[in-house]
Amino acid sequence: MAWEPRLIVIACHWCTYAGADLAGSLRYSYPPTVHIVRVPCSGRVEPEFIAEALIRGADGVFIGGCHFGDCHYKEGNYKAIRRFNLFKRVATELGVEPDRIQLEWISGSEGKKFAESMTAFDAKIRELGPNPLKGGAQ
Amino acid sequence: MSKPKLAYYLAGGCGGCDIAVVDLSETLVDVALQLDIVFWAPTVADAKYKDLEAMPDGSIDVGLVSGNVRNSEHEHIVKVMRQKCKVLIAFGICASCGGIKGLVNLHTTEQLLDKAYINTFSTDNPEKILPQTTVVVDGKYELTLPSLMDARPLDQVVKVDYYVGGCPPYHEHIGKAFMALLSGQLPPSGSWITMGKAVCEVCNRNPVLQGKSKKFATTVKRTIDGPPSEDGCLLEEGYLCLGPVTQGDCGSKCPSANVPCRGCGGPIPGVKDFGLRAISAIASMLDNEELVDQIPDPVHLFYRYTLPSSFLGKKIKR
Repeated sequence: MAWEPRLIVIACHWCTYAGADLAGSLRYSYPPTVHIVRVPCSGRVEPEFIAEALIRGADGVFIGGCHFGDCHYKEGNYKAIRRFNLFKRVATELGVEPDRIQLEWISGSEGKKFAESMTAFDAKIRELGPNPLKGGAQ
Repeated sequence: MSKPKLAYYLAGGCGGCDIAVVDLSETLVDVALQLDIVFWAPTVADAKYKDLEAMPDGSIDVGLVSGNVRNSEHEHIVKVMRQKCKVLIAFGICASCGGIKGLVNLHTTEQLLDKAYINTFSTDNPEKILPQTTVVVDGKYELTLPSLMDARPLDQVVKVDYYVGGCPPYHEHIGKAFMALLSGQLPPSGSWITMGKAVCEVCNRNPVLQGKSKKFATTVKRTIDGPPSEDGCLLEEGYLCLGPVTQGDCGSKCPSANVPCRGCGGPIPGVKDFGLRAISAIASMLDNEELVDQIPDPVHLFYRYTLPSSFLGKKIKR
Protein backbone atom coordinates (compact mmCIF):
# COMPACT_ATOMS: atom_id res chain seq x y z
CA MET A 1 0.00 0.00 0.00
CA ALA A 2 1.28 3.44 -0.86
CA TRP A 3 2.21 5.74 1.98
CA GLU A 4 -0.50 8.16 3.04
CA PRO A 5 0.36 11.02 5.38
CA ARG A 6 -1.19 11.10 8.83
CA LEU A 7 -1.87 14.65 9.89
CA ILE A 8 -2.83 15.68 13.39
CA VAL A 9 -4.80 18.91 13.59
CA ILE A 10 -5.16 20.33 17.08
CA ALA A 11 -8.10 22.70 16.81
CA CYS A 12 -9.42 25.13 19.40
CA HIS A 13 -13.05 24.56 20.28
CA TRP A 14 -14.23 28.14 19.73
CA CYS A 15 -12.70 28.98 16.35
CA THR A 16 -10.86 26.40 14.28
CA TYR A 17 -13.08 23.50 15.32
CA ALA A 18 -16.13 25.60 14.46
CA GLY A 19 -14.40 26.46 11.18
CA ALA A 20 -13.98 22.75 10.45
CA ASP A 21 -17.65 22.26 11.23
CA LEU A 22 -18.59 25.04 8.83
CA ALA A 23 -16.35 23.55 6.13
CA GLY A 24 -18.40 20.37 6.46
CA SER A 25 -21.75 22.19 6.40
CA LEU A 26 -20.73 24.09 3.30
CA ARG A 27 -19.55 20.84 1.63
CA TYR A 28 -15.97 22.01 1.12
CA SER A 29 -13.74 19.00 0.65
CA TYR A 30 -10.39 18.52 2.36
CA PRO A 31 -8.03 15.52 2.53
CA PRO A 32 -9.08 12.45 4.56
CA THR A 33 -5.57 12.27 6.02
CA VAL A 34 -6.56 14.96 8.55
CA HIS A 35 -7.28 13.81 12.11
CA ILE A 36 -8.76 16.55 14.26
CA VAL A 37 -8.20 16.75 18.01
CA ARG A 38 -10.38 19.29 19.76
CA VAL A 39 -8.89 21.29 22.63
CA PRO A 40 -10.59 24.08 24.62
CA CYS A 41 -8.05 26.68 23.49
CA SER A 42 -4.84 26.86 21.46
CA GLY A 43 -3.26 28.01 24.73
CA ARG A 44 -3.86 24.48 26.00
CA VAL A 45 -1.41 23.04 23.46
CA GLU A 46 1.81 22.07 25.21
CA PRO A 47 4.92 21.65 23.05
CA GLU A 48 4.94 18.11 24.49
CA PHE A 49 1.73 17.34 22.55
CA ILE A 50 3.40 18.24 19.25
CA ALA A 51 6.61 16.32 19.99
CA GLU A 52 4.74 13.25 21.19
CA ALA A 53 2.52 13.26 18.10
CA LEU A 54 5.62 13.37 15.87
CA ILE A 55 7.37 10.58 17.79
CA ARG A 56 4.27 8.41 17.73
CA GLY A 57 3.80 8.51 14.00
CA ALA A 58 2.21 11.78 12.88
CA ASP A 59 3.71 13.11 9.66
CA GLY A 60 2.63 16.65 10.39
CA VAL A 61 1.05 18.61 13.23
CA PHE A 62 -1.19 21.61 12.57
CA ILE A 63 -2.45 23.85 15.34
CA GLY A 64 -5.48 26.04 14.75
CA GLY A 65 -6.57 28.86 17.04
CA CYS A 66 -8.59 32.08 17.07
CA HIS A 67 -7.34 35.30 15.53
CA PHE A 68 -5.69 37.78 17.91
CA GLY A 69 -8.34 39.54 19.95
CA ASP A 70 -10.85 36.75 19.35
CA CYS A 71 -9.66 34.25 21.97
CA HIS A 72 -12.52 33.05 24.14
CA TYR A 73 -10.12 33.11 27.08
CA LYS A 74 -8.67 36.49 26.00
CA GLU A 75 -4.98 35.58 25.74
CA GLY A 76 -4.71 31.84 25.04
CA ASN A 77 -3.65 32.34 21.44
CA TYR A 78 -0.93 34.83 22.46
CA LYS A 79 0.52 32.14 24.70
CA ALA A 80 0.12 29.60 21.90
CA ILE A 81 2.18 31.55 19.38
CA ARG A 82 5.00 32.22 21.86
CA ARG A 83 5.21 28.57 22.83
CA PHE A 84 4.92 27.46 19.23
CA ASN A 85 7.65 29.79 17.95
CA LEU A 86 10.04 28.83 20.73
CA PHE A 87 9.29 25.14 20.26
CA LYS A 88 9.86 25.48 16.52
CA ARG A 89 13.26 27.09 17.12
CA VAL A 90 14.32 24.28 19.45
CA ALA A 91 12.87 21.50 17.29
CA THR A 92 14.57 22.89 14.17
CA GLU A 93 17.88 23.04 15.99
CA LEU A 94 17.42 19.41 17.01
CA GLY A 95 16.90 18.41 13.40
CA VAL A 96 13.10 18.29 13.04
CA GLU A 97 11.92 19.56 9.64
CA PRO A 98 10.22 22.89 10.50
CA ASP A 99 7.59 22.47 7.78
CA ARG A 100 6.06 19.52 9.61
CA ILE A 101 4.61 21.83 12.21
CA GLN A 102 2.34 24.77 11.51
CA LEU A 103 0.25 27.26 13.45
CA GLU A 104 -2.63 29.10 11.83
CA TRP A 105 -5.48 31.31 13.00
CA ILE A 106 -8.81 30.11 11.55
CA SER A 107 -12.03 31.59 12.87
CA GLY A 108 -15.45 29.93 13.11
CA SER A 109 -16.61 31.72 9.97
CA GLU A 110 -13.62 30.64 7.87
CA GLY A 111 -14.77 27.21 6.70
CA LYS A 112 -13.22 27.82 3.31
CA LYS A 113 -9.88 28.83 4.86
CA PHE A 114 -9.93 25.67 6.95
CA ALA A 115 -10.44 23.44 3.91
CA GLU A 116 -7.76 25.29 1.95
CA SER A 117 -5.27 25.18 4.83
CA MET A 118 -5.79 21.44 5.19
CA THR A 119 -5.32 20.84 1.47
CA ALA A 120 -2.15 22.94 1.43
CA PHE A 121 -0.77 21.26 4.57
CA ASP A 122 -1.46 17.81 3.13
CA ALA A 123 0.33 18.76 -0.10
CA LYS A 124 3.32 20.11 1.82
CA ILE A 125 3.66 16.95 3.93
CA ARG A 126 3.34 14.74 0.83
CA GLU A 127 6.26 16.67 -0.62
CA LEU A 128 8.31 16.08 2.57
CA GLY A 129 7.52 12.38 2.67
CA PRO A 130 7.14 10.10 5.71
CA ASN A 131 8.26 11.43 9.08
CA PRO A 132 11.69 9.96 9.92
CA LEU A 133 11.09 10.62 13.62
CA LYS A 134 8.54 7.86 14.08
CA GLY A 135 9.64 5.82 17.10
CA GLY A 136 12.29 8.35 18.16
CA ALA A 137 15.44 9.86 16.71
CA GLN A 138 17.84 7.38 15.11
CA MET B 1 18.24 -8.28 61.82
CA SER B 2 21.29 -7.76 59.63
CA LYS B 3 22.09 -4.32 58.27
CA PRO B 4 20.69 -3.34 54.86
CA LYS B 5 23.30 -3.70 52.14
CA LEU B 6 24.14 -0.72 49.92
CA ALA B 7 25.96 -0.62 46.59
CA TYR B 8 26.95 2.55 44.75
CA TYR B 9 28.15 2.77 41.17
CA LEU B 10 29.37 5.89 39.40
CA ALA B 11 28.76 5.50 35.66
CA GLY B 12 29.16 8.42 33.23
CA GLY B 13 29.33 11.08 35.89
CA CYS B 14 31.78 13.51 37.44
CA GLY B 15 31.78 12.16 41.01
CA GLY B 16 29.87 15.20 42.29
CA CYS B 17 27.02 13.00 43.53
CA ASP B 18 29.53 10.90 45.51
CA ILE B 19 30.88 14.08 47.08
CA ALA B 20 27.31 15.16 47.88
CA VAL B 21 26.81 11.91 49.83
CA VAL B 22 30.03 12.54 51.73
CA ASP B 23 28.73 16.09 52.38
CA LEU B 24 26.09 14.56 54.63
CA SER B 25 28.88 14.68 57.27
CA GLU B 26 27.36 13.81 60.69
CA THR B 27 24.20 12.44 59.10
CA LEU B 28 26.36 10.12 57.02
CA VAL B 29 27.94 8.76 60.20
CA ASP B 30 24.48 7.90 61.56
CA VAL B 31 23.37 6.47 58.22
CA ALA B 32 26.58 4.55 57.51
CA LEU B 33 26.37 2.80 60.89
CA GLN B 34 23.01 1.39 59.87
CA LEU B 35 24.24 0.26 56.45
CA ASP B 36 26.60 -2.36 55.14
CA ILE B 37 28.34 -0.79 52.14
CA VAL B 38 29.27 -3.75 49.96
CA PHE B 39 30.31 -1.95 46.78
CA TRP B 40 31.19 1.66 45.98
CA ALA B 41 33.16 2.00 42.78
CA PRO B 42 35.14 3.61 41.44
CA THR B 43 35.33 6.37 44.04
CA VAL B 44 34.93 5.64 47.74
CA ALA B 45 35.48 1.94 48.48
CA ASP B 46 38.15 -0.37 47.11
CA ALA B 47 35.89 -2.78 45.27
CA LYS B 48 36.31 -4.57 41.97
CA TYR B 49 33.69 -5.30 39.35
CA LYS B 50 34.31 -9.03 39.75
CA ASP B 51 33.40 -8.74 43.47
CA LEU B 52 30.04 -7.31 42.49
CA GLU B 53 29.53 -9.90 39.77
CA ALA B 54 30.24 -12.68 42.29
CA MET B 55 27.48 -11.58 44.67
CA PRO B 56 24.20 -13.55 44.54
CA ASP B 57 21.34 -11.98 42.55
CA GLY B 58 19.05 -9.81 44.65
CA SER B 59 21.43 -9.90 47.61
CA ILE B 60 21.89 -6.12 47.85
CA ASP B 61 19.02 -4.13 49.34
CA VAL B 62 19.64 -0.74 47.77
CA GLY B 63 21.72 0.19 44.75
CA LEU B 64 22.53 3.76 43.79
CA VAL B 65 23.74 4.66 40.31
CA SER B 66 24.99 8.14 39.54
CA GLY B 67 25.99 9.32 36.09
CA ASN B 68 24.48 8.47 32.72
CA VAL B 69 25.13 5.39 30.59
CA ARG B 70 27.66 6.50 28.01
CA ASN B 71 29.74 3.44 27.09
CA SER B 72 29.72 -0.38 27.02
CA GLU B 73 31.30 -0.67 30.48
CA HIS B 74 28.59 1.49 32.08
CA GLU B 75 25.92 -0.55 30.32
CA HIS B 76 27.37 -3.84 31.57
CA ILE B 77 27.83 -2.79 35.22
CA VAL B 78 24.43 -1.10 35.36
CA LYS B 79 22.84 -4.37 34.23
CA VAL B 80 24.82 -6.25 36.89
CA MET B 81 23.68 -3.71 39.49
CA ARG B 82 20.06 -4.29 38.47
CA GLN B 83 20.47 -8.06 38.95
CA LYS B 84 22.12 -7.76 42.35
CA CYS B 85 19.98 -4.98 43.85
CA LYS B 86 16.42 -5.25 45.10
CA VAL B 87 15.87 -1.50 44.80
CA LEU B 88 17.76 0.51 42.18
CA ILE B 89 17.87 4.29 42.47
CA ALA B 90 18.90 6.70 39.73
CA PHE B 91 20.87 9.11 41.90
CA GLY B 92 21.32 12.62 40.58
CA ILE B 93 20.15 14.21 37.36
CA CYS B 94 22.63 12.37 35.07
CA ALA B 95 21.29 8.94 36.00
CA SER B 96 17.70 10.24 36.05
CA CYS B 97 17.59 12.35 32.89
CA GLY B 98 21.03 12.25 31.23
CA GLY B 99 22.52 15.30 32.88
CA ILE B 100 24.72 18.05 31.51
CA LYS B 101 26.96 15.42 29.90
CA GLY B 102 23.89 14.23 28.01
CA LEU B 103 24.42 17.23 25.73
CA VAL B 104 26.93 15.04 23.88
CA ASN B 105 23.86 13.75 22.04
CA LEU B 106 23.93 16.99 20.05
CA HIS B 107 27.08 15.72 18.31
CA THR B 108 28.33 12.55 16.68
CA THR B 109 31.11 10.50 18.28
CA GLU B 110 33.35 11.37 15.31
CA GLN B 111 32.80 15.10 15.88
CA LEU B 112 33.59 14.75 19.57
CA LEU B 113 36.75 12.71 19.06
CA ASP B 114 37.86 15.10 16.37
CA LYS B 115 37.40 18.06 18.71
CA ALA B 116 39.00 16.41 21.73
CA TYR B 117 42.00 14.76 20.09
CA ILE B 118 42.76 16.57 16.85
CA ASN B 119 41.27 20.03 16.30
CA THR B 120 41.71 21.81 19.62
CA PHE B 121 44.30 24.61 19.52
CA SER B 122 46.27 23.20 22.46
CA THR B 123 46.34 19.61 21.14
CA ASP B 124 49.62 18.25 19.81
CA ASN B 125 48.70 15.12 17.88
CA PRO B 126 50.31 15.26 14.40
CA GLU B 127 49.74 11.55 13.74
CA LYS B 128 46.03 12.01 14.56
CA ILE B 129 45.94 9.11 16.99
CA LEU B 130 42.46 8.46 18.39
CA PRO B 131 41.54 6.19 21.32
CA GLN B 132 40.81 2.65 20.13
CA THR B 133 38.67 -0.01 21.79
CA THR B 134 41.58 -2.48 21.59
CA VAL B 135 45.29 -2.03 21.14
CA VAL B 136 48.15 -4.56 21.27
CA VAL B 137 51.27 -3.31 23.05
CA ASP B 138 54.70 -4.87 22.31
CA GLY B 139 52.99 -7.45 20.12
CA LYS B 140 51.57 -9.42 23.05
CA TYR B 141 49.70 -7.31 25.64
CA GLU B 142 46.15 -6.56 24.57
CA LEU B 143 44.64 -3.47 26.19
CA THR B 144 40.96 -2.61 25.86
CA LEU B 145 38.76 0.46 26.32
CA PRO B 146 34.96 0.53 26.44
CA SER B 147 33.21 1.71 23.27
CA LEU B 148 31.32 5.01 23.30
CA MET B 149 27.55 5.20 22.79
CA ASP B 150 24.97 7.97 22.86
CA ALA B 151 24.33 9.14 26.44
CA ARG B 152 21.28 7.51 27.99
CA PRO B 153 19.57 7.93 31.35
CA LEU B 154 19.53 4.81 33.52
CA ASP B 155 15.88 3.94 32.82
CA GLN B 156 16.56 3.50 29.10
CA VAL B 157 18.88 0.60 30.00
CA VAL B 158 17.34 -1.08 33.07
CA LYS B 159 14.21 -0.74 35.20
CA VAL B 160 14.62 2.03 37.77
CA ASP B 161 12.72 2.08 41.07
CA TYR B 162 13.34 5.65 42.22
CA TYR B 163 14.79 8.87 40.90
CA VAL B 164 16.63 11.56 42.82
CA GLY B 165 17.26 14.86 41.02
CA GLY B 166 19.95 17.47 41.49
CA CYS B 167 23.41 18.21 40.16
CA PRO B 168 24.40 17.02 42.66
CA PRO B 169 21.41 16.22 44.91
CA TYR B 170 21.30 18.71 47.79
CA HIS B 171 22.78 17.06 50.88
CA GLU B 172 19.78 17.73 53.12
CA HIS B 173 17.59 16.13 50.49
CA ILE B 174 19.90 13.08 50.33
CA GLY B 175 19.65 12.81 54.12
CA LYS B 176 15.85 12.80 53.90
CA ALA B 177 15.96 10.25 51.07
CA PHE B 178 18.23 7.93 53.08
CA MET B 179 16.02 8.26 56.15
CA ALA B 180 12.97 7.42 54.02
CA LEU B 181 14.83 4.40 52.62
CA LEU B 182 15.87 3.11 56.04
CA SER B 183 12.42 3.58 57.52
CA GLY B 184 10.75 2.03 54.48
CA GLN B 185 8.59 5.12 53.87
CA LEU B 186 8.98 5.21 50.12
CA PRO B 187 6.60 6.33 47.38
CA PRO B 188 5.35 3.82 44.77
CA SER B 189 8.06 2.27 42.60
CA GLY B 190 8.96 4.30 39.54
CA SER B 191 8.51 7.71 41.17
CA TRP B 192 10.87 10.52 42.09
CA ILE B 193 11.96 10.93 45.68
CA THR B 194 10.96 14.56 46.06
CA MET B 195 8.81 16.84 48.13
CA GLY B 196 6.90 17.54 44.91
CA LYS B 197 7.17 21.33 44.98
CA ALA B 198 8.72 23.53 42.32
CA VAL B 199 11.72 25.77 43.01
CA CYS B 200 9.38 28.81 42.79
CA GLU B 201 7.31 27.47 45.68
CA VAL B 202 10.31 27.61 48.00
CA CYS B 203 11.95 30.70 46.47
CA ASN B 204 12.23 33.86 48.56
CA ARG B 205 12.12 35.94 45.38
CA ASN B 206 8.68 34.65 44.36
CA PRO B 207 6.33 37.69 44.36
CA VAL B 208 3.29 35.46 44.81
CA LEU B 209 4.61 34.26 48.17
CA GLN B 210 4.94 37.93 49.17
CA GLY B 211 1.30 38.60 48.34
CA LYS B 212 2.06 40.36 45.05
CA SER B 213 1.14 39.23 41.55
CA LYS B 214 3.60 38.02 38.96
CA LYS B 215 4.44 40.33 36.05
CA PHE B 216 5.51 39.44 32.51
CA ALA B 217 9.17 39.70 31.56
CA THR B 218 9.75 42.68 29.27
CA THR B 219 13.39 41.93 28.40
CA VAL B 220 15.58 38.86 28.00
CA LYS B 221 18.83 39.03 29.94
CA ARG B 222 21.80 36.78 30.47
CA THR B 223 23.61 36.54 33.80
CA ILE B 224 26.55 38.46 32.29
CA ASP B 225 24.25 41.46 31.73
CA GLY B 226 24.66 42.52 35.36
CA PRO B 227 23.36 41.36 38.73
CA PRO B 228 19.62 41.11 39.43
CA SER B 229 17.86 43.07 42.17
CA GLU B 230 18.18 41.82 45.72
CA ASP B 231 14.76 40.25 46.19
CA GLY B 232 12.85 40.50 42.89
CA CYS B 233 11.76 37.53 40.78
CA LEU B 234 14.50 36.67 38.29
CA LEU B 235 11.97 35.83 35.59
CA GLU B 236 10.22 39.18 35.94
CA GLU B 237 13.59 40.85 35.45
CA GLY B 238 14.23 38.85 32.29
CA TYR B 239 16.71 36.26 33.56
CA LEU B 240 15.42 32.98 32.17
CA CYS B 241 14.99 30.99 35.38
CA LEU B 242 13.59 27.46 35.07
CA GLY B 243 12.28 27.43 38.63
CA PRO B 244 8.61 27.03 37.60
CA VAL B 245 9.18 23.50 36.21
CA THR B 246 12.04 22.26 38.41
CA GLN B 247 11.75 20.28 41.64
CA GLY B 248 12.67 22.48 44.57
CA ASP B 249 14.31 19.92 46.86
CA CYS B 250 17.39 22.15 46.78
CA GLY B 251 15.49 24.84 48.69
CA SER B 252 16.01 27.32 45.82
CA LYS B 253 19.73 27.71 46.47
CA CYS B 254 20.73 29.20 43.09
CA PRO B 255 18.11 31.99 42.87
CA SER B 256 18.99 33.04 46.42
CA ALA B 257 22.58 33.47 45.18
CA ASN B 258 21.48 35.62 42.18
CA VAL B 259 21.79 32.72 39.72
CA PRO B 260 18.72 31.67 37.71
CA CYS B 261 17.60 28.04 38.11
CA ARG B 262 18.90 25.83 35.32
CA GLY B 263 16.72 22.83 36.03
CA CYS B 264 19.12 20.32 37.59
CA GLY B 265 16.49 19.23 40.13
CA GLY B 266 14.57 17.38 37.45
CA PRO B 267 11.01 17.88 36.24
CA ILE B 268 8.17 18.54 38.67
CA PRO B 269 5.72 15.60 38.89
CA GLY B 270 3.60 14.98 35.80
CA VAL B 271 6.09 16.34 33.27
CA LYS B 272 7.24 13.96 30.54
CA ASP B 273 9.74 16.18 28.78
CA PHE B 274 11.44 18.79 30.95
CA GLY B 275 12.76 20.96 28.13
CA LEU B 276 9.43 21.21 26.33
CA ARG B 277 7.57 22.05 29.53
CA ALA B 278 10.19 24.68 30.30
CA ILE B 279 9.64 26.16 26.82
CA SER B 280 5.94 26.27 27.59
CA ALA B 281 6.44 27.94 30.97
CA ILE B 282 9.02 30.49 29.87
CA ALA B 283 7.30 31.42 26.58
CA SER B 284 4.02 32.19 28.32
CA MET B 285 5.78 34.52 30.78
CA LEU B 286 7.22 36.76 28.09
CA ASP B 287 5.58 40.08 27.37
CA ASN B 288 5.72 39.95 23.57
CA GLU B 289 6.56 37.62 20.71
CA GLU B 290 9.80 39.36 19.74
CA LEU B 291 11.35 38.30 23.05
CA VAL B 292 11.00 34.65 22.03
CA ASP B 293 13.51 35.19 19.25
CA GLN B 294 15.93 36.95 21.60
CA ILE B 295 16.43 33.89 23.82
CA PRO B 296 20.03 32.87 23.19
CA ASP B 297 20.75 29.19 22.44
CA PRO B 298 17.42 27.70 23.56
CA VAL B 299 18.48 24.05 23.19
CA HIS B 300 21.30 24.31 25.69
CA LEU B 301 19.18 26.45 28.00
CA PHE B 302 16.07 24.29 28.19
CA TYR B 303 17.70 20.87 27.76
CA ARG B 304 20.80 21.59 29.84
CA TYR B 305 20.29 18.55 32.09
CA THR B 306 17.62 16.49 30.37
CA LEU B 307 18.34 16.03 26.65
CA PRO B 308 18.76 12.19 26.64
CA SER B 309 15.46 11.72 28.50
CA SER B 310 13.53 14.02 26.15
CA PHE B 311 11.15 12.81 23.46
CA LEU B 312 13.76 13.29 20.76
CA GLY B 313 16.69 12.27 22.99
CA LYS B 314 19.31 13.59 20.65
CA LYS B 315 19.93 15.68 17.60
CA ILE B 316 18.63 14.01 14.48
CA LYS B 317 21.59 13.19 12.28
CA ARG B 318 21.21 13.06 8.57
